[in-house]
Amino acid sequence: MAVLEARNVSKHFGGVTAVDQMSFAVAPGEILGLIGPNGAGKTTMFDLLAGSVAPSSGEIHLMGQNVTKSAAHKRLSGGMGRTFQIPRPFPELSLVDNMLLARQGQSGERLWINFASPRRVAVEERAAREKALGLLDLVALRRLADDPARVLSGGQRKLLELARVMMADPKVVLLDEPAAGVNPTLLEVLIDRIREINATGVTFVLIEHNIDMVTRLCHRILVMASGGMLCQGAPQDVARDPRVIEAYLGGVPA
Amino acid sequence: MIDLMGYGAFFLSTALIFGLITLGLNLQWGLTGLFNVGISGFVAIGAYTSAILTSPDAVDRVGGFDMPIALGWLAAMVVTALAAALTGFATLRLKADYLAITTFGVAVVVQLVALNAQGLTGGPFGVAFIPRPFAGVQDQAVLFNFLNLGVIAAVTLAVYLALEHVSRSPWGRVLRALREDERAAISLGKSARSYRIQAFAAGGAVMGLAGAVQAHFIGFIAPNSYLPTLTFQVWAMLMVGGSGSNRGALLGAVVVWSIWVGAGAFSAAVIPGDWQARAASLQIVAIGVMLCLILLWRPQGFFSARRRG
Repeated sequence: MAVLEARNVSKHFGGVTAVDQMSFAVAPGEILGLIGPNGAGKTTMFDLLAGSVAPSSGEIHLMGQNVTKSAAHKRLSGGMGRTFQIPRPFPELSLVDNMLLARQGQSGERLWINFASPRRVAVEERAAREKALGLLDLVALRRLADDPARVLSGGQRKLLELARVMMADPKVVLLDEPAAGVNPTLLEVLIDRIREINATGVTFVLIEHNIDMVTRLCHRILVMASGGMLCQGAPQDVARDPRVIEAYLGGVPA
Repeated sequence: MIDLMGYGAFFLSTALIFGLITLGLNLQWGLTGLFNVGISGFVAIGAYTSAILTSPDAVDRVGGFDMPIALGWLAAMVVTALAAALTGFATLRLKADYLAITTFGVAVVVQLVALNAQGLTGGPFGVAFIPRPFAGVQDQAVLFNFLNLGVIAAVTLAVYLALEHVSRSPWGRVLRALREDERAAISLGKSARSYRIQAFAAGGAVMGLAGAVQAHFIGFIAPNSYLPTLTFQVWAMLMVGGSGSNRGALLGAVVVWSIWVGAGAFSAAVIPGDWQARAASLQIVAIGVMLCLILLWRPQGFFSARRRG
């Protein structure tokens, strides 16, 4: 069974068709790459999957459930997390607080429980904090744990977002351009971490322009152009497909 | 000397009541980033709720419930929280200045209702004979003032501790996250709508309680106590004290109230009699100047909510 599936999903913004009849399924444990020239509709496709944009038609299924009409904030507890093209840490909150916010089902996030059973909240907080520090360690940010997130570099913010979304123990993670603006050393850390997390059974869907990273990391690639699906297949085959080359180079005869 | 002490207690009581209102605003603005400019309306709802429920029978309005003061205060919190939640729900799609304009409108409506719904609020005459705590010792002014100060200080302390507790809790963390980046918070599974309404309601409850406490402290309320000037004063208090800090909210309230009272006393002493009425505006000018100085030299207020770094 697919962990995540788009069925004939379209999105129109006024007269513009940003996503046109996209259908694909993501298999458990897969790393799926979504590539295409600028304006192909990749990020809109992500927003549709993440629920922050509602489709004009079609359905989104997550873990076998039709989630097309459910609110964006319910995706993470449903098993799917996302990161953003431009990272969105909470700048004035500490790294640990950033991490703790991603933990699902915390009883202390309900106001009255903080008064009704403060001990339960404290116990949960300790456990969550432990987990947060472990994950920060994994992305080499532990020593900054109590600093506000605004001190991080662009690459570190990407790592923080990855670690943050892992706090929720998601089954699927959508990564929007994880390599953009990340220096080569940190990029290696990032690739290693994605592989390690993937090895534990977490599925990834990523948008990426760095073709080197995509071919190294992804099991399958899906190419979008003008809102629709151009082709899909193994990284090597896709890279050689003349339609892909034409879409990227803008109609230069092959 | 005795007079001075009595006045000091009275002054501090008033300042602490403002401190309570400012604590409510700090929850909404300092923690959650909700631009509420309808403070006077919520304070009025709390004041009228408690006043109507606890005061004796009156000829031309509903009343005569004669409930205990504590029950009136509790009801004030509940009713104001509901009104604030409703405001929050109605303005879910509004941000920043649009939210400010709408909440301002809510406050104007509340004040007009207080002024015109005579059968409910007593209209321009207001509500009188609101029972005052320790009314039995009212003829011993100093003792009476100090006992009241004690009650008000205890309420303020309790609210302060409760707010400190929740702002450090996971609940408060979600509010801060919403203030910083609503979309990211949603991606982490937080319902922005639900928390917004909760922050409106919780902050509103504190403002309503402050209104009720003040109504019982003075013993009389009227619609013109709840003009937009009140909202302006409370915002100045939070800016001066330091937005995001509960301690700052309390300190800001005391400082700004001192300047307000000081400017009033100064103009009364220095300015000739026939200019007095116009000189009253100097109080607002003094607060304005104070705000400018703070924004120039210490824009984060006395207490900065920012973390180190």
